[in-house]
Amino acid sequence: MTSSVIAARDVETRETPLEAVFSLDNVQVCYGDVPAVAGVSFELYKNEITAFIGPSGCGKSTLIRCLNRMTDLIPSASISGSLRYHGIDLYGPGVDPVQVRKRIGMVFQKPNPFPKSIYDNVAFGPRVLGMEGDMDEIVERSLRKAALWDEVRDRLRSNAFGMSGGQQQRLCIARALAIEPDVILMDEPASALDPISTAAIEDLMLELVSQYSIVIVTHNMQQAARVSNRTAFFNVDLDGGRRVGRLVEYADTETIFTNPSDPRTKEYVTGKFG
Amino acid sequence: MSAAAAIPAPRRRERTKGRAFRWLLLSTIVVSGALLVTLLADVAIDGTTSLSWDFLTSAPSFDPRIAGLYPALMGTVWLMGGCVLFIVPVGVATAVYLEEYADARRWWNRLIEINVQNLAAVPSIVYGILGLAFIVRGPLSLGPVVLAGSLTLGLLVLPVVIITAREAIRAVPPSIREGSLALGATQWQTIWRQVLPSSVPGIATGVILALSRAIGETAPLIVIGAAGYVAFAPSGPDSAFTAVPMQIYLWISESRTGFAELAAAGILVLMAVLLLMNGVAIWLRNKYEGKW
Repeated sequence: MTSSVIAARDVETRETPLEAVFSLDNVQVCYGDVPAVAGVSFELYKNEITAFIGPSGCGKSTLIRCLNRMTDLIPSASISGSLRYHGIDLYGPGVDPVQVRKRIGMVFQKPNPFPKSIYDNVAFGPRVLGMEGDMDEIVERSLRKAALWDEVRDRLRSNAFGMSGGQQQRLCIARALAIEPDVILMDEPASALDPISTAAIEDLMLELVSQYSIVIVTHNMQQAARVSNRTAFFNVDLDGGRRVGRLVEYADTETIFTNPSDPRTKEYVTGKFG
Repeated sequence: MSAAAAIPAPRRRERTKGRAFRWLLLSTIVVSGALLVTLLADVAIDGTTSLSWDFLTSAPSFDPRIAGLYPALMGTVWLMGGCVLFIVPVGVATAVYLEEYADARRWWNRLIEINVQNLAAVPSIVYGILGLAFIVRGPLSLGPVVLAGSLTLGLLVLPVVIITAREAIRAVPPSIREGSLALGATQWQTIWRQVLPSSVPGIATGVILALSRAIGETAPLIVIGAAGYVAFAPSGPDSAFTAVPMQIYLWISESRTGFAELAAAGILVLMAVLLLMNGVAIWLRNKYEGKW
Protein backbone atom coordinates (compact mmCIF):
# COMPACT_ATOMS: atom_id res chain seq x y z
CA MET A 1 0.00 0.00 0.00
CA THR A 2 1.54 3.23 -1.10
CA SER A 3 -0.67 5.72 0.65
CA SER A 4 -0.25 6.47 4.27
CA VAL A 5 -2.65 8.22 6.50
CA ILE A 6 -1.41 11.55 7.56
CA ALA A 7 -2.98 12.80 10.71
CA ALA A 8 -4.65 16.13 10.29
CA ARG A 9 -2.61 18.93 11.75
CA ASP A 10 -4.46 21.63 13.52
CA VAL A 11 -5.04 24.76 11.49
CA GLU A 12 -4.76 26.99 14.51
CA THR A 13 -4.97 26.60 18.20
CA ARG A 14 -8.57 26.00 19.02
CA GLU A 15 -10.48 26.67 22.17
CA THR A 16 -12.51 23.51 21.81
CA PRO A 17 -11.15 20.19 20.66
CA LEU A 18 -12.16 19.09 17.20
CA GLU A 19 -15.27 16.99 17.07
CA ALA A 20 -15.28 14.31 14.39
CA VAL A 21 -18.43 14.07 12.28
CA PHE A 22 -17.22 11.22 10.13
CA SER A 23 -14.56 8.70 11.09
CA LEU A 24 -13.42 6.45 8.28
CA ASP A 25 -11.21 3.49 8.87
CA ASN A 26 -9.83 1.54 5.93
CA VAL A 27 -12.90 2.23 3.80
CA GLN A 28 -13.06 0.54 0.43
CA VAL A 29 -15.79 0.92 -2.17
CA CYS A 30 -16.15 -1.61 -4.98
CA TYR A 31 -18.30 -1.65 -8.07
CA GLY A 32 -18.82 -5.35 -8.58
CA ASP A 33 -15.38 -6.83 -7.91
CA VAL A 34 -13.51 -3.72 -8.97
CA PRO A 35 -12.42 -1.41 -6.17
CA ALA A 36 -12.96 2.26 -7.00
CA VAL A 37 -11.36 3.66 -3.89
CA ALA A 38 -9.56 1.78 -1.15
CA GLY A 39 -7.77 2.12 2.15
CA VAL A 40 -9.26 5.44 3.18
CA SER A 41 -8.86 6.36 6.83
CA PHE A 42 -9.45 9.84 8.14
CA GLU A 43 -11.73 12.01 10.23
CA LEU A 44 -13.90 14.88 9.00
CA TYR A 45 -14.63 17.54 11.57
CA LYS A 46 -17.65 19.47 12.70
CA ASN A 47 -18.21 23.04 11.44
CA GLU A 48 -15.46 22.72 8.92
CA ILE A 49 -15.38 22.64 5.17
CA THR A 50 -13.45 19.61 3.99
CA ALA A 51 -12.48 19.52 0.33
CA PHE A 52 -11.80 16.35 -1.66
CA ILE A 53 -9.49 17.00 -4.58
CA GLY A 54 -7.75 14.76 -7.07
CA PRO A 55 -7.70 13.72 -10.70
CA SER A 56 -10.66 12.09 -12.45
CA GLY A 57 -11.26 8.51 -11.41
CA CYS A 58 -9.63 8.89 -8.02
CA GLY A 59 -12.83 7.92 -6.25
CA LYS A 60 -13.60 11.20 -4.54
CA SER A 61 -17.19 11.37 -5.85
CA THR A 62 -17.68 7.71 -4.99
CA LEU A 63 -16.46 8.37 -1.47
CA ILE A 64 -18.65 11.42 -0.86
CA ARG A 65 -21.68 9.43 -1.98
CA CYS A 66 -20.91 6.79 0.64
CA LEU A 67 -21.24 9.40 3.35
CA ASN A 68 -25.04 9.60 2.97
CA ARG A 69 -25.52 6.15 1.50
CA MET A 70 -26.35 7.38 -2.00
CA THR A 71 -24.13 4.51 -3.16
CA ASP A 72 -26.97 2.21 -2.06
CA LEU A 73 -28.71 3.26 -5.28
CA ILE A 74 -26.08 1.47 -7.33
CA PRO A 75 -26.83 -2.24 -6.92
CA SER A 76 -23.28 -3.34 -7.72
CA ALA A 77 -21.62 -1.03 -5.19
CA SER A 78 -20.36 -2.50 -1.95
CA ILE A 79 -18.53 -0.92 0.97
CA SER A 80 -16.13 -2.41 3.46
CA GLY A 81 -14.22 -0.94 6.35
CA SER A 82 -15.69 1.23 9.06
CA LEU A 83 -17.56 4.43 8.32
CA ARG A 84 -18.84 6.11 11.46
CA TYR A 85 -21.02 9.17 11.72
CA HIS A 86 -20.89 10.68 15.23
CA GLY A 87 -19.70 7.28 16.37
CA ILE A 88 -22.56 5.34 14.76
CA ASP A 89 -21.70 2.79 12.08
CA LEU A 90 -23.42 4.21 8.99
CA TYR A 91 -23.60 0.77 7.39
CA GLY A 92 -24.47 -1.09 10.54
CA PRO A 93 -27.51 -3.33 10.73
CA GLY A 94 -30.70 -1.42 11.49
CA VAL A 95 -29.44 1.82 10.00
CA ASP A 96 -32.01 3.01 7.48
CA PRO A 97 -30.48 4.95 4.56
CA VAL A 98 -33.57 7.17 4.47
CA GLN A 99 -32.89 8.24 8.07
CA VAL A 100 -29.23 8.82 7.23
CA ARG A 101 -30.13 11.16 4.37
CA LYS A 102 -32.38 13.22 6.64
CA ARG A 103 -29.30 14.18 8.64
CA ILE A 104 -26.79 14.33 5.81
CA GLY A 105 -27.98 16.41 2.88
CA MET A 106 -26.49 16.47 -0.58
CA VAL A 107 -26.08 18.96 -3.39
CA PHE A 108 -25.21 17.56 -6.79
CA GLN A 109 -22.92 18.58 -9.60
CA LYS A 110 -25.67 19.66 -11.96
CA PRO A 111 -28.48 21.69 -10.39
CA ASN A 112 -31.43 19.31 -10.20
CA PRO A 113 -34.49 21.30 -9.16
CA PHE A 114 -37.76 19.40 -9.28
CA PRO A 115 -40.15 20.42 -12.08
CA LYS A 116 -42.24 22.31 -9.55
CA SER A 117 -42.52 25.83 -8.18
CA ILE A 118 -39.68 27.36 -6.18
CA TYR A 119 -41.82 27.08 -3.06
CA ASP A 120 -42.66 23.43 -3.63
CA ASN A 121 -39.02 22.60 -4.27
CA VAL A 122 -38.05 23.86 -0.84
CA ALA A 123 -41.16 22.46 0.84
CA PHE A 124 -40.72 18.99 -0.65
CA GLY A 125 -38.28 17.72 1.97
CA PRO A 126 -40.18 19.04 5.01
CA ARG A 127 -43.41 17.66 3.55
CA VAL A 128 -42.16 14.12 2.95
CA LEU A 129 -40.53 14.09 6.36
CA GLY A 130 -43.74 15.36 7.94
CA MET A 131 -41.94 18.25 9.63
CA GLU A 132 -44.00 20.33 12.04
CA GLY A 133 -44.28 24.07 11.77
CA ASP A 134 -45.40 26.79 9.43
CA MET A 135 -44.35 25.78 5.92
CA ASP A 136 -44.18 29.41 4.70
CA GLU A 137 -41.75 30.12 7.50
CA ILE A 138 -39.61 27.06 6.77
CA VAL A 139 -39.43 28.00 3.08
CA GLU A 140 -38.51 31.62 3.82
CA ARG A 141 -35.88 30.66 6.38
CA SER A 142 -34.28 28.13 4.03
CA LEU A 143 -34.24 30.55 1.10
CA ARG A 144 -32.74 33.27 3.31
CA LYS A 145 -30.00 30.92 4.48
CA ALA A 146 -29.22 30.11 0.85
CA ALA A 147 -29.07 33.85 0.06
CA LEU A 148 -31.84 33.44 -2.46
CA TRP A 149 -34.84 34.97 -0.70
CA ASP A 150 -34.47 38.51 -2.01
CA GLU A 151 -34.21 37.28 -5.58
CA VAL A 152 -37.23 35.01 -5.52
CA ARG A 153 -39.61 36.34 -2.87
CA ASP A 154 -41.96 37.72 -5.53
CA ARG A 155 -42.05 34.58 -7.62
CA LEU A 156 -42.19 31.70 -5.19
CA ARG A 157 -45.00 30.12 -7.21
CA SER A 158 -43.20 30.18 -10.55
CA ASN A 159 -41.42 27.16 -11.91
CA ALA A 160 -37.88 26.55 -10.70
CA PHE A 161 -36.78 25.83 -14.28
CA GLY A 162 -37.14 29.54 -15.03
CA MET A 163 -34.21 30.39 -12.75
CA SER A 164 -30.59 30.78 -13.81
CA GLY A 165 -28.18 27.89 -13.23
CA GLY A 166 -26.62 29.60 -10.22
CA GLN A 167 -30.01 30.32 -8.70
CA GLN A 168 -31.08 26.75 -9.32
CA GLN A 169 -28.03 25.49 -7.46
CA ARG A 170 -28.71 27.82 -4.54
CA LEU A 171 -32.31 26.55 -4.60
CA CYS A 172 -30.96 23.02 -4.30
CA ILE A 173 -28.91 24.17 -1.31
CA ALA A 174 -32.00 25.83 0.20
CA ARG A 175 -33.90 22.60 -0.39
CA ALA A 176 -31.21 20.66 1.44
CA LEU A 177 -31.20 23.17 4.32
CA ALA A 178 -34.98 23.00 4.71
CA ILE A 179 -34.79 19.57 6.34
CA GLU A 180 -32.33 20.95 8.91
CA PRO A 181 -29.46 18.58 8.26
CA ASP A 182 -26.28 18.25 10.22
CA VAL A 183 -23.94 17.80 7.27
CA ILE A 184 -24.13 19.04 3.69
CA LEU A 185 -22.28 17.06 1.04
CA MET A 186 -21.52 18.93 -2.17
CA ASP A 187 -20.39 17.01 -5.21
CA GLU A 188 -18.73 19.58 -7.48
CA PRO A 189 -21.50 22.07 -6.75
CA ALA A 190 -20.10 24.85 -8.93
CA SER A 191 -18.65 22.97 -11.86
CA ALA A 192 -21.65 23.75 -14.07
CA LEU A 193 -21.79 27.41 -13.08
CA ASP A 194 -20.29 30.67 -14.29
CA PRO A 195 -17.65 32.47 -12.14
CA ILE A 196 -20.12 34.89 -10.55
CA SER A 197 -22.51 32.12 -9.53
CA THR A 198 -19.54 30.12 -8.33
CA ALA A 199 -18.45 32.99 -6.11
CA ALA A 200 -21.99 33.22 -4.72
CA ILE A 201 -21.96 29.51 -3.86
CA GLU A 202 -18.54 29.84 -2.22
CA ASP A 203 -19.63 32.82 -0.13
CA LEU A 204 -22.66 30.84 0.88
CA MET A 205 -20.55 27.90 2.00
CA LEU A 206 -18.40 30.15 4.14
CA GLU A 207 -21.55 31.52 5.78
CA LEU A 208 -23.12 28.11 6.34
CA VAL A 209 -20.08 26.48 7.89
CA SER A 210 -20.78 28.04 11.27
CA GLN A 211 -23.94 25.96 11.50
CA TYR A 212 -23.19 22.93 9.37
CA SER A 213 -20.35 20.62 8.51
CA ILE A 214 -19.62 20.70 4.81
CA VAL A 215 -17.83 18.24 2.56
CA ILE A 216 -17.12 19.35 -0.99
CA VAL A 217 -15.71 17.50 -3.96
CA THR A 218 -14.11 19.85 -6.42
CA HIS A 219 -11.96 19.79 -9.54
CA ASN A 220 -11.15 23.41 -9.01
CA MET A 221 -8.08 23.70 -6.77
CA GLN A 222 -8.49 27.43 -6.30
CA GLN A 223 -11.95 26.71 -4.98
CA ALA A 224 -10.62 24.19 -2.50
CA ALA A 225 -7.95 26.68 -1.44
CA ARG A 226 -10.47 29.51 -1.10
CA VAL A 227 -13.17 27.81 0.93
CA SER A 228 -11.95 24.72 2.73
CA ASN A 229 -10.41 24.32 6.15
CA ARG A 230 -9.00 20.94 5.36
CA THR A 231 -8.17 19.22 2.12
CA ALA A 232 -7.90 15.57 1.22
CA PHE A 233 -5.91 14.75 -1.89
CA PHE A 234 -6.80 11.52 -3.68
CA ASN A 235 -4.85 9.93 -6.47
CA VAL A 236 -5.25 7.03 -8.85
CA ASP A 237 -2.93 4.14 -8.12
CA LEU A 238 -2.14 1.39 -10.52
CA ASP A 239 -2.71 -1.60 -8.31
CA GLY A 240 -1.82 -4.79 -10.15
CA GLY A 241 -2.97 -3.27 -13.43
CA ARG A 242 -6.17 -1.91 -11.92
CA ARG A 243 -6.82 1.74 -11.27
CA VAL A 244 -7.76 2.33 -7.65
CA GLY A 245 -8.32 5.63 -5.92
CA ARG A 246 -6.38 6.22 -2.72
CA LEU A 247 -6.09 8.95 -0.15
CA VAL A 248 -2.61 10.38 -0.53
CA GLU A 249 -2.57 13.24 1.89
CA TYR A 250 -4.98 14.89 4.28
CA ALA A 251 -4.11 18.05 6.12
CA ASP A 252 -5.24 21.59 6.67
CA THR A 253 -5.72 23.35 3.38
CA GLU A 254 -2.83 25.74 3.77
CA THR A 255 -0.38 22.92 4.29
CA ILE A 256 -1.69 20.99 1.30
CA PHE A 257 -1.29 23.98 -0.97
CA THR A 258 1.93 25.46 0.37
CA ASN A 259 3.90 22.71 2.00
CA PRO A 260 2.58 19.26 1.08
CA SER A 261 4.55 16.34 2.42
CA ASP A 262 3.89 14.00 -0.50
CA PRO A 263 5.53 14.77 -3.86
CA ARG A 264 2.37 13.65 -5.71
CA THR A 265 0.29 16.20 -3.84
CA LYS A 266 2.80 18.85 -4.74
CA GLU A 267 2.72 17.93 -8.39
CA TYR A 268 -1.05 18.00 -8.45
CA VAL A 269 -1.59 21.28 -6.62
CA THR A 270 1.07 23.00 -8.67
CA GLY A 271 -0.66 21.87 -11.82
CA LYS A 272 1.93 19.40 -13.09
CA PHE A 273 -0.74 16.81 -13.80
CA GLY A 274 -4.44 16.08 -13.40
CA MET B 1 -4.33 27.37 -52.68
CA SER B 2 -7.75 28.75 -51.97
CA ALA B 3 -9.95 27.25 -49.28
CA ALA B 4 -12.55 26.09 -51.77
CA ALA B 5 -10.03 24.04 -53.70
CA ALA B 6 -9.03 22.27 -50.50
CA ILE B 7 -12.42 20.59 -50.32
CA PRO B 8 -12.75 18.07 -53.15
CA ALA B 9 -16.00 17.93 -55.11
CA PRO B 10 -18.11 14.84 -54.33
CA ARG B 11 -17.66 11.99 -56.73
CA ARG B 12 -20.30 11.69 -59.40
CA ARG B 13 -21.34 8.18 -58.38
CA GLU B 14 -21.76 9.10 -54.75
CA ARG B 15 -23.97 12.02 -55.67
CA THR B 16 -26.14 9.92 -57.95
CA LYS B 17 -26.56 7.27 -55.28
CA GLY B 18 -27.55 9.85 -52.71
CA ARG B 19 -30.18 11.34 -54.99
CA ALA B 20 -31.56 7.97 -56.01
CA PHE B 21 -32.00 6.92 -52.39
CA ARG B 22 -33.75 10.14 -51.58
CA TRP B 23 -36.23 9.68 -54.43
CA LEU B 24 -36.83 6.08 -53.44
CA LEU B 25 -37.75 7.12 -49.91
CA LEU B 26 -39.96 9.91 -51.16
CA SER B 27 -41.82 7.58 -53.50
CA THR B 28 -42.65 5.15 -50.68
CA ILE B 29 -44.23 7.99 -48.74
CA VAL B 30 -46.20 9.08 -51.80
CA VAL B 31 -47.48 5.54 -52.44
CA SER B 32 -48.63 4.93 -48.88
CA GLY B 33 -50.10 8.42 -48.63
CA ALA B 34 -51.97 8.01 -51.93
CA LEU B 35 -53.40 4.68 -50.81
CA LEU B 36 -54.74 6.19 -47.60
CA VAL B 37 -56.23 9.19 -49.39
CA THR B 38 -57.91 6.97 -52.02
CA LEU B 39 -59.35 4.75 -49.33
CA LEU B 40 -60.67 7.66 -47.30
CA ALA B 41 -62.10 9.40 -50.37
CA ASP B 42 -63.86 6.20 -51.43
CA VAL B 43 -65.37 5.73 -47.98
CA ALA B 44 -66.29 9.39 -47.73
CA ILE B 45 -68.13 9.32 -51.09
CA ASP B 46 -70.13 6.27 -50.01
CA GLY B 47 -70.68 7.32 -46.44
CA THR B 48 -71.42 11.03 -46.32
CA THR B 49 -74.99 10.59 -47.63
CA SER B 50 -75.87 8.38 -44.66
CA LEU B 51 -74.01 10.48 -42.13
CA SER B 52 -76.39 12.60 -40.08
CA TRP B 53 -77.33 13.36 -36.51
CA ASP B 54 -80.08 10.74 -36.76
CA PHE B 55 -77.48 8.17 -37.79
CA LEU B 56 -75.66 8.75 -34.53
CA THR B 57 -78.75 8.72 -32.33
CA SER B 58 -80.91 5.89 -33.66
CA ALA B 59 -80.79 2.14 -33.25
CA PRO B 60 -79.86 -0.27 -36.04
CA SER B 61 -82.75 -1.45 -38.11
CA PHE B 62 -83.60 -3.82 -40.93
CA ASP B 63 -84.53 -0.71 -42.87
CA PRO B 64 -81.28 0.98 -43.94
CA ARG B 65 -83.02 4.37 -44.22
CA ILE B 66 -83.64 4.65 -40.47
CA ALA B 67 -80.79 2.48 -39.16
CA GLY B 68 -78.32 4.15 -36.83
CA LEU B 69 -75.18 3.61 -34.83
CA TYR B 70 -76.34 4.69 -31.36
CA PRO B 71 -76.15 1.36 -29.43
CA ALA B 72 -72.80 0.52 -31.02
CA LEU B 73 -71.42 3.97 -30.27
CA MET B 74 -72.51 3.73 -26.64
CA GLY B 75 -71.19 0.18 -26.50
CA THR B 76 -67.79 1.45 -27.62
CA VAL B 77 -67.91 4.23 -25.03
CA TRP B 78 -68.66 1.68 -22.28
CA LEU B 79 -65.98 -0.69 -23.55
CA MET B 80 -63.32 2.01 -23.61
CA GLY B 81 -64.35 3.36 -20.20
CA GLY B 82 -63.96 -0.09 -18.65
CA CYS B 83 -60.75 -0.60 -20.56
CA VAL B 84 -59.21 2.60 -19.14
CA LEU B 85 -60.17 1.65 -15.59
CA PHE B 86 -58.42 -1.66 -16.10
CA ILE B 87 -55.29 -0.72 -18.05
CA VAL B 88 -54.25 2.47 -16.24
CA PRO B 89 -53.72 1.04 -12.75
CA VAL B 90 -52.43 -2.35 -13.91
CA GLY B 91 -50.25 -0.94 -16.69
CA VAL B 92 -48.74 1.85 -14.61
CA ALA B 93 -48.13 -0.43 -11.62
CA THR B 94 -46.35 -2.94 -13.84
CA ALA B 95 -44.27 -0.21 -15.44
CA VAL B 96 -43.30 1.21 -12.04
CA TYR B 97 -42.31 -2.22 -10.81
CA LEU B 98 -40.21 -3.00 -13.88
CA GLU B 99 -38.50 0.40 -13.95
CA GLU B 100 -38.06 1.24 -10.29
CA TYR B 101 -38.03 -1.99 -8.33
CA ALA B 102 -37.18 -4.94 -10.54
CA ASP B 103 -33.60 -6.11 -10.40
CA ALA B 104 -32.77 -6.85 -14.03
CA ARG B 105 -30.20 -9.40 -12.92
CA ARG B 106 -32.98 -11.71 -11.71
CA TRP B 107 -34.21 -14.11 -14.33
CA TRP B 108 -37.89 -13.73 -13.48
CA ASN B 109 -37.76 -9.99 -14.03
CA ARG B 110 -36.12 -10.50 -17.40
CA LEU B 111 -38.77 -13.10 -18.21
CA ILE B 112 -41.56 -10.62 -17.43
CA GLU B 113 -39.85 -8.03 -19.55
CA ILE B 114 -39.43 -10.32 -22.57
CA ASN B 115 -43.02 -11.48 -22.21
CA VAL B 116 -44.38 -7.96 -22.17
CA GLN B 117 -42.47 -7.19 -25.36
CA ASN B 118 -43.71 -10.35 -27.04
CA LEU B 119 -47.31 -9.98 -25.91
CA ALA B 120 -47.47 -6.64 -27.72
CA ALA B 121 -47.09 -8.56 -30.98
CA VAL B 122 -49.62 -11.36 -30.34
CA PRO B 123 -52.52 -11.29 -32.86
CA SER B 124 -55.71 -9.89 -31.41
CA ILE B 125 -57.74 -13.01 -32.18
CA VAL B 126 -55.60 -14.92 -29.69
CA TYR B 127 -56.68 -12.47 -27.00
CA GLY B 128 -60.25 -13.10 -28.14
CA ILE B 129 -59.83 -16.81 -27.52
CA LEU B 130 -58.22 -16.08 -24.16
CA GLY B 131 -61.12 -13.80 -23.27
CA LEU B 132 -63.63 -16.44 -24.30
CA ALA B 133 -61.94 -19.19 -22.33
CA PHE B 134 -61.10 -17.30 -19.14
CA ILE B 135 -63.38 -14.29 -18.92
CA VAL B 136 -66.61 -15.08 -20.77
CA ARG B 137 -66.56 -18.73 -19.74
CA GLY B 138 -64.17 -20.58 -17.48
CA PRO B 139 -62.92 -19.12 -14.22
CA LEU B 140 -64.63 -15.73 -14.45
CA SER B 141 -67.74 -16.78 -16.43
CA LEU B 142 -68.94 -13.25 -16.95
CA GLY B 143 -70.82 -14.04 -20.16
CA PRO B 144 -70.58 -11.89 -23.29
CA VAL B 145 -71.08 -8.59 -21.47
CA VAL B 146 -69.46 -5.14 -21.50
CA LEU B 147 -67.09 -6.00 -18.65
CA ALA B 148 -65.84 -9.12 -20.45
CA GLY B 149 -65.25 -7.03 -23.59
CA SER B 150 -63.40 -4.34 -21.62
CA LEU B 151 -61.14 -6.87 -19.92
CA THR B 152 -60.37 -8.70 -23.16
CA LEU B 153 -59.51 -5.49 -25.01
CA GLY B 154 -57.62 -4.33 -21.92
CA LEU B 155 -55.44 -7.43 -21.95
CA LEU B 156 -54.85 -6.89 -25.63
CA VAL B 157 -53.50 -3.35 -25.24
CA LEU B 158 -51.91 -3.72 -21.80
CA PRO B 159 -48.43 -4.40 -23.24
CA VAL B 160 -48.62 -1.14 -25.19
CA VAL B 161 -49.51 0.76 -22.03
CA ILE B 162 -46.74 -0.92 -20.04
CA ILE B 163 -44.12 -0.21 -22.69
CA THR B 164 -45.06 3.46 -23.13
CA ALA B 165 -45.43 4.00 -19.39
CA ARG B 166 -41.96 2.52 -18.86
CA GLU B 167 -40.54 4.87 -21.44
CA ALA B 168 -42.23 7.81 -19.74
CA ILE B 169 -40.86 6.75 -16.34
CA ARG B 170 -37.40 6.19 -17.78
CA ALA B 171 -37.49 9.68 -19.29
CA VAL B 172 -37.57 11.20 -15.80
CA PRO B 173 -33.88 11.97 -15.22
CA PRO B 174 -32.10 10.03 -12.45
CA SER B 175 -31.04 13.38 -10.99
CA ILE B 176 -34.67 13.97 -9.94
CA ARG B 177 -34.76 10.66 -8.07
CA GLU B 178 -31.37 11.38 -6.49
CA GLY B 179 -32.49 14.84 -5.45
CA SER B 180 -35.58 13.44 -3.83
CA LEU B 181 -33.84 10.54 -2.07
CA ALA B 182 -31.08 12.84 -0.85
CA LEU B 183 -33.75 14.84 1.00
CA GLY B 184 -34.71 11.79 3.01
CA ALA B 185 -37.70 10.79 0.87
CA THR B 186 -38.41 7.07 0.71
CA GLN B 187 -38.39 5.26 -2.60
CA TRP B 188 -42.18 5.18 -2.62
CA GLN B 189 -42.43 8.93 -1.84
CA THR B 190 -39.97 9.59 -4.64
CA ILE B 191 -42.01 7.56 -7.12
CA TRP B 192 -45.38 8.89 -6.03
CA ARG B 193 -44.46 12.56 -5.67
CA GLN B 194 -41.73 13.05 -8.27
CA VAL B 195 -41.50 10.31 -10.86
CA LEU B 196 -45.17 9.66 -11.56
CA PRO B 197 -46.30 13.30 -11.74
CA SER B 198 -43.46 13.98 -14.17
CA SER B 199 -44.38 11.04 -16.36
CA VAL B 200 -48.15 11.63 -16.51
CA PRO B 201 -48.08 13.22 -20.01
CA GLY B 202 -46.12 10.28 -21.41
CA ILE B 203 -48.37 7.75 -19.70
CA ALA B 204 -51.50 9.56 -20.90
CA THR B 205 -50.16 9.52 -24.46
CA GLY B 206 -49.55 5.79 -24.20
CA VAL B 207 -53.03 5.14 -22.82
CA ILE B 208 -54.65 7.12 -25.62
CA LEU B 209 -52.64 5.28 -28.26
CA ALA B 210 -53.56 1.97 -26.62
CA LEU B 211 -57.24 2.91 -26.66
CA SER B 212 -57.04 3.92 -30.28
CA ARG B 213 -55.87 0.41 -31.02
CA ALA B 214 -58.58 -1.16 -28.85
CA ILE B 215 -61.36 0.93 -30.33
CA GLY B 216 -60.93 -0.53 -33.80
CA GLU B 217 -60.60 -4.17 -32.76
CA THR B 218 -63.29 -6.47 -34.11
CA ALA B 219 -61.86 -9.96 -34.08
CA PRO B 220 -61.66 -10.46 -30.30
CA LEU B 221 -65.18 -9.08 -29.87
CA ILE B 222 -66.52 -11.55 -32.41
CA VAL B 223 -64.75 -14.40 -30.66
CA ILE B 224 -66.01 -13.52 -27.20
CA GLY B 225 -69.53 -13.33 -28.66
CA ALA B 226 -70.46 -9.67 -28.64
CA ALA B 227 -74.05 -9.41 -29.78
CA GLY B 228 -74.70 -8.81 -33.46
CA TYR B 229 -77.90 -6.90 -33.09
CA VAL B 230 -78.48 -4.74 -30.04
CA ALA B 231 -81.27 -2.19 -30.08
CA PHE B 232 -80.35 -0.41 -26.86
CA ALA B 233 -77.27 1.18 -25.39
CA PRO B 234 -75.67 -0.83 -22.56
CA SER B 235 -77.13 -0.02 -19.16
CA GLY B 236 -74.14 -1.21 -17.14
CA PRO B 237 -71.01 -3.33 -17.18
CA ASP B 238 -73.15 -6.48 -17.09
CA SER B 239 -75.31 -5.79 -20.14
CA ALA B 240 -75.00 -7.17 -23.63
CA PHE B 241 -73.26 -4.87 -26.06
CA THR B 242 -72.09 -4.26 -29.54
CA ALA B 243 -69.37 -1.89 -30.69
CA VAL B 244 -68.79 0.38 -33.69
CA PRO B 245 -66.38 -1.93 -35.55
CA MET B 246 -68.77 -4.88 -34.89
CA GLN B 247 -71.65 -2.90 -36.35
CA ILE B 248 -69.57 -1.92 -39.38
CA TYR B 249 -68.65 -5.55 -39.89
CA LEU B 250 -72.31 -6.61 -39.74
CA TRP B 251 -73.41 -3.91 -42.16
CA ILE B 252 -70.71 -4.85 -44.60
CA SER B 253 -71.80 -8.50 -44.45
CA GLU B 254 -75.36 -7.41 -45.31
CA SER B 255 -76.06 -8.09 -49.01
CA ARG B 256 -79.10 -5.87 -49.39
CA THR B 257 -78.69 -2.40 -50.84
CA GLY B 258 -78.26 0.59 -48.56
CA PHE B 259 -76.16 -1.14 -45.91
CA ALA B 260 -72.81 -0.61 -47.62
CA GLU B 261 -73.38 3.14 -47.26
CA LEU B 262 -74.19 2.70 -43.58
CA ALA B 263 -70.94 0.78 -43.11
CA ALA B 264 -69.04 3.59 -44.84
CA ALA B 265 -70.69 6.14 -42.57
CA GLY B 266 -69.75 4.03 -39.56
CA ILE B 267 -66.16 3.92 -40.76
CA LEU B 268 -66.16 7.70 -41.06
CA VAL B 269 -67.35 8.03 -37.46
CA LEU B 270 -64.70 5.59 -36.25
CA MET B 271 -61.98 7.38 -38.25
CA ALA B 272 -63.04 10.74 -36.82
CA VAL B 273 -62.83 9.41 -33.26
CA LEU B 274 -59.45 7.82 -33.99
CA LEU B 275 -58.00 10.96 -35.53
CA LEU B 276 -59.23 12.96 -32.58
CA MET B 277 -57.61 10.58 -30.10
CA ASN B 278 -54.31 10.51 -31.96
CA GLY B 279 -54.44 14.29 -32.24
CA VAL B 280 -54.79 14.61 -28.47
CA ALA B 281 -51.90 12.16 -27.99
CA ILE B 282 -49.63 14.13 -30.34
CA TRP B 283 -50.64 17.39 -28.71
CA LEU B 284 -49.86 16.01 -25.25
CA ARG B 285 -46.51 14.70 -26.40
CA ASN B 286 -45.47 17.96 -28.06
CA LYS B 287 -46.66 20.07 -25.18
CA TYR B 288 -44.52 18.28 -22.60
CA GLU B 289 -41.63 16.83 -24.56
CA GLY B 290 -38.11 18.07 -23.94
CA LYS B 291 -38.94 19.37 -20.50
CA TRP B 292 -35.49 18.39 -19.29
